[in-house]
Amino acid sequence: MNIVVPIKIVPDLVEELAIDASGAALDNSWLRLIINEFDDHAMEQAILLKEQAGGQVTVIALSAEGVDDILFTAAAKGIDRLIKLETEEAAALNNHALARALAEVIADLKPDLILTGVQAHNDLDGSVGPLLAELLGMPYVGYIAGVKVSGDGALARKEYPGGLVAELLVQLPAVLGIQAAEKPPRYVAVSKVRQAMQTAKIDARPCPTLDPAGGLAPLRLYQPEPAERATMLEGDVEAVSAKIVELLKNAGVM
Amino acid sequence: MTSEIVSAPARTQAFLKTLYGVTDGERIQRCLQCGMCSGACPYGYLMEFPPSRLITSMRAEEIERVLEADTVWLCLSCYACTQVCPQKIPLTAALMTRTKEELLLAGKVPTELHAALENSQRYGNVLGQSPRKRADWVKEAGAPVRVLGKENPRTEVLWYVGDYVSYHPRLQAVGRAVAKVLNALGVDFAVLGADEVSDGDSQRLAGERGLFELLAEKNGKALGRVQFQRIVTTDPHAYNAFKNEYPALGIAYPVQHLTQFLAEHLEQLRPHLTREVKAKVAFHDPCFLGRANAVYEEPRAILAAIPGVELVEMAHSRETSLCCGGGGGGMWLDGFHWEKAHARTSEWRVQEASAAGADILAVACPYEPLRFEDAVKVVPGAGNIVVRDVAELIAESLTA
Repeated sequence: MNIVVPIKIVPDLVEELAIDASGAALDNSWLRLIINEFDDHAMEQAILLKEQAGGQVTVIALSAEGVDDILFTAAAKGIDRLIKLETEEAAALNNHALARALAEVIADLKPDLILTGVQAHNDLDGSVGPLLAELLGMPYVGYIAGVKVSGDGALARKEYPGGLVAELLVQLPAVLGIQAAEKPPRYVAVSKVRQAMQTAKIDARPCPTLDPAGGLAPLRLYQPEPAERATMLEGDVEAVSAKIVELLKNAGVM
Repeated sequence: MTSEIVSAPARTQAFLKTLYGVTDGERIQRCLQCGMCSGACPYGYLMEFPPSRLITSMRAEEIERVLEADTVWLCLSCYACTQVCPQKIPLTAALMTRTKEELLLAGKVPTELHAALENSQRYGNVLGQSPRKRADWVKEAGAPVRVLGKENPRTEVLWYVGDYVSYHPRLQAVGRAVAKVLNALGVDFAVLGADEVSDGDSQRLAGERGLFELLAEKNGKALGRVQFQRIVTTDPHAYNAFKNEYPALGIAYPVQHLTQFLAEHLEQLRPHLTREVKAKVAFHDPCFLGRANAVYEEPRAILAAIPGVELVEMAHSRETSLCCGGGGGGMWLDGFHWEKAHARTSEWRVQEASAAGADILAVACPYEPLRFEDAVKVVPGAGNIVVRDVAELIAESLTA
């Protein structure tokens, strides 16, 4: 089983985000980057599949600050091959351009299965998975929480609202958008990451041409503005309860 | 299967060898199997392999069985076992910690522990807060706290603040108290600010040695950029790290816990302690101040200097103190512990404070206010007990 996991490196929301002078992009100077949480789950699911059925897992990321550490951590967890696509334009990229570049590289890898995070918090023009599937001519299923592979098919558990789960048999090769791995992403000891830094190799190569056509270009970014719309209800429990009921009735929800 | 049986003794031997690498680790061979350790352990009755049984398993060359069990994560690294061992075997530092390390390297870590370790790695603090905001609390300190930088790299006392006091709202109150007390004493003190990272000691005792070294390197570099006479810590775990662990990594500075520093300055402090705190106060010996470092008298001496304070002792006191449950990773394994034990040592401790008739449970470690204040809410009859850090009580007693 040849599994490819393209990962996105996204702004870490632990730091407050600032808008740059152009007004249409984030200020990169204080930006801290992190692996997209759903991609972390996609990577974990790939490692779990490899542990169950054997095979090789390749992770692909675009160059960004700290991406080497993210790739070495992936190697320490059990990823076999690390590919870094080098570009200066990664920060301003949309998902259409990203998917085109990834598709070009992934096509040569001839994967049986592509696992990627179902979404990222900075997706503005659709998520990467379906775009990638379209470009590679593969089927796509998203919101997957659990995958089993048998023969040339994958049995994917898809989550629906209201606690419903469907099991879908998908013909391989296919792209699956991972909502959650079967187990939480594993913790890997720092000493193992440091070891991987000595032994693992990152296959760094130039990123294919980035073509953003079809995607969105932000005209302006806005900081959310705090509004003062909260009303404090005064009085004892009975009075406050009565007011809440009245408010809910007026809002048409009761 | 055959190969596994053959390799089991080899695995045990390899594990034993790493134990001998820890200071006094070879003393493990002297174990008498008296069982004192397992009896003294607050969670010993729940562990599949409490210390004495763990040693038996090694002697039977069955370390594999130990590494399949997960109950070593109940170990609070509280040194209760080490304290009572007649053969002076480093049970906490070597045996229990090495076992956790082995499990962690094999990826067998309770999921609940991941966040604290990942946060420490990524942000330099267990709480997952922005490292840039580490010194933000200083603006609200209510008393001047100088942050060292390139422009002003010198101070007499370097106050190592720690994760919880830097970020946690309840413990920032302890930070404000320390700032008030140090200012009242007229001490030249300052903090590292955003250059400070977690001391890493509890992560080390939760089996993450590599992470501990990574954090120590960062603190070592930050300390190397500034000039000071001594380090004073608010956290006994940080005190333990600076005193006993960092020197082996080439980071060696004189260090005191805040209670030691204040006891040393008690005569200068005494005239400032004019406001009465009329209360029966029970002091809870933190594991890493008491058993791990034998600091028992200093916190009591400064509490006794507060007018109105009547010191009372709890059933477990000094060498026999009962852990709050936060050590050795326990701070980040509350759900795991509850699942295994359906009990919390913090609640047992609050019962003891209540039985001792204490109005105030005085503490000296940032893990404790959180754990004991939660316990006070659920222990019947303990609802009126107030939990205060020693620094908070001193600050309360200061002349306005």
